[in-house]
Amino acid sequence: MSGNIIGNIIGKDNNTGMNTGMNTGANTGANTGVLIAGVGGQGTVLASKILSLVAMKAGLEVKQSEIHGMSQRGGSVVTHVRLGARVYSPLVTLGGADAVIAFEELEALRYLPYLRSGGLMIVNRQRLLPMPVITGAAQYPAAPVDEIRAMGARVTAVDAAALARDLGDARAANVVLLGILARTLPFAGALWREAIGESLKHQLAALNLRAFEAGQAV
Amino acid sequence: MTEYQLLSGNEAIARGAYEAGVKVAAAYPGTPSTEILENLAGYDRVLAQWSPNEKVAMEVAAGASIAGARSLAAMKHVGVNVAADPLLTFSYTGVGGGMVLVSADDPAMHSSQNEQDNRYYGLLAKIPTLEPADSQEAKDFVLRAYELSETFDTPVLLRTTTRVNHSKSLVALAAPQEQILRDYEKRPEKYVMTPGNAIRRHQVVEERRLALTAFAGQTDLNRIERGRGEQGRVGFITAGISYQYLKEILPDASFLKLGLLWPLNEGLIREFAAGLDRVIVVEELEPVLETQILAMGIAAEGKAIIPRQGELSEETLRRVLAGAGLPVSPTAAVYASAQSLPPRPPILCPGCSHRGMFYTLKAMNLHVAGDIGCYALGSAPPFGCLDTTICMGASVTGAFGMELARGEAFAEKCVAVIGDSTFFHSGITGLIDIVYNQGRSTVIVLDNSITAMTGHQDNPGTGRDIKGQPAPAVDIVKLAESIGIRRIRVVDPFDLRGCRQTLAAELAAPEPSLIIARRPCALYVRLRQPPCRVETADCIGCGACLRLGCPALSVAGGKAIVDEGNCVGCGLCPQVCPKNAIREGVEA
Repeated sequence: MSGNIIGNIIGKDNNTGMNTGMNTGANTGANTGVLIAGVGGQGTVLASKILSLVAMKAGLEVKQSEIHGMSQRGGSVVTHVRLGARVYSPLVTLGGADAVIAFEELEALRYLPYLRSGGLMIVNRQRLLPMPVITGAAQYPAAPVDEIRAMGARVTAVDAAALARDLGDARAANVVLLGILARTLPFAGALWREAIGESLKHQLAALNLRAFEAGQAV
Repeated sequence: MTEYQLLSGNEAIARGAYEAGVKVAAAYPGTPSTEILENLAGYDRVLAQWSPNEKVAMEVAAGASIAGARSLAAMKHVGVNVAADPLLTFSYTGVGGGMVLVSADDPAMHSSQNEQDNRYYGLLAKIPTLEPADSQEAKDFVLRAYELSETFDTPVLLRTTTRVNHSKSLVALAAPQEQILRDYEKRPEKYVMTPGNAIRRHQVVEERRLALTAFAGQTDLNRIERGRGEQGRVGFITAGISYQYLKEILPDASFLKLGLLWPLNEGLIREFAAGLDRVIVVEELEPVLETQILAMGIAAEGKAIIPRQGELSEETLRRVLAGAGLPVSPTAAVYASAQSLPPRPPILCPGCSHRGMFYTLKAMNLHVAGDIGCYALGSAPPFGCLDTTICMGASVTGAFGMELARGEAFAEKCVAVIGDSTFFHSGITGLIDIVYNQGRSTVIVLDNSITAMTGHQDNPGTGRDIKGQPAPAVDIVKLAESIGIRRIRVVDPFDLRGCRQTLAAELAAPEPSLIIARRPCALYVRLRQPPCRVETADCIGCGACLRLGCPALSVAGGKAIVDEGNCVGCGLCPQVCPKNAIREGVEA
């Protein structure tokens, strides 16, 4: 099964002999791992930047890893964020994420294997069709969110873009999703507000603070 | 109070070079190295440049070093192949001011055509090779590399991998050192590598190797961490990102964490191995360390356990170490979909200037020698156009080679496609070859007037330098004229009819042709026109528009659909609809 999981995640045939076989678990220790997944151009970067800033303000070590390059051309993109007293690896392991934020439903399903037991899957209710689906070579999964729920995982699914649009700008969807994440992490609201204020241009800060609160209220 | 910043490995390398007083820095963009020069260009006192290719960057940095300045060249792993010629002889001459070459390797080929292990260049050029494990080390090792370079009179290879280049971790900043220009005097016996001088310099290189080997036994770039308890009886010899994964898995094992990867010091390794039950060399890709350690006669395990392809990861190492009998707990993914999910490969963007040309090449069923850039995506469905993609510049030369092998009839059905930046990098010499050797190849420059794939860097054709300041722009038409090409056509790749006519005429011509398909990168100019719309009554759902491979187009319920959020209104799909059911958008 895990060969299939890895194949799904890296989006190419897994015939190289790497990463096959048993997937083998969570990072050790009491660190927190968050995965932020989406499609190139969706703006997952700002969300990971704010999260990392909050952790730094809380006095924690932070490591963050993302692969870019071809991925910015509409490919599947993911950022790993790990926080804790001492962090070695910048990568969350399969079964090791305390939360996964998926900006798109198919990507939620793709990165689900990273979620730990009891972890929270946050899904933005949006579907972007990958090219193999557009050309008819593959089918988009019928109901990713229902499928994840049926496995017994904790899921919060919202149309974050609609919520943000109601507040004034759909582009604040990522901060809505962060508001949902914030409820599961032990950081004070003041730290989040500071980090949001420092990460955005002044004229966008007020809107994004409202987006953050809207996420917290979901 | 020390200031800390969350920096990527590349940002940290740039910061390190700034703090070290680097004066001259040159690079050709290439993932995962690009951000090094982008960040260095932000420091006013650094003379930073995009060079046309990596050989040029290496030579400019070498010249600056010989003249007394600290200098840096940065490139992706395959770029070092291009720069290898000056590198291997610059090793003989040694430096004036310190010189560091950053090689950004790409295990797993996230954005590369191979996953060669450039630590071998350290052995090949006989230059000290450092590898950092996180951003703090990336910055620190740059500073150490300049000390090494000047102490041992050698260029230094700073070898990194994607996972370090593109991961962020905390870095303590320090005050920048003064930019020191060392004295320059003409020294042909050191810098003119004719055989007589080079024979003497090779002797110097071998003496340097011995001195560096002794240094490797003493420096704190290499570190022994003695473990505890049962775990501590297992020792890992490792470097770079692999060290981080192992510390997560077996934090109480013993470690020889190498920062200086070449040369190795046998005494240090023997000291580490003494008394351990097992010594395991953990390195991504090739057994570079393992081979040298085994040659010393030291018992160690390595590639019999550790995969030789792709990136390592905590999961992979847990699996193989458990398989090798170590006390590692494998655990599984908790949740996973049972279905095989559709992949989401990278695609040409909405409005991409390359789309029109690939549509035409596909429709004409031509052989296409491809090159390195966004347009390598012309190989993906629905185009599937490319016959070859090897390296920078190999489209032009490769198409000519195919023509020589298979004759005129093949040449009439074959084109080379190459981007503007790649053309400046290494397409020009191939074009000269075709003219000089009287070929008839048809070469298409896909000129989107930017180096797009790596994130929109300027190049010799854009009219701007690395700092965004105005610069002379190379005129590709005049360049082609001057090397003797008589058939030069400039087309708009979105003029599908014009492209097809031009291609037909140039393929038929029994002499070399250069077609410049010119349209700016839609992502770079943020093309945003009113979205196209489908007249549903006229649409017969034939799917002809899907042959454009546009992410904004799909067919559902027997009708084409334009995703208005995704469509940039480029106007290509109205041209291919046989029923004229797709119309260009109009201003609301």
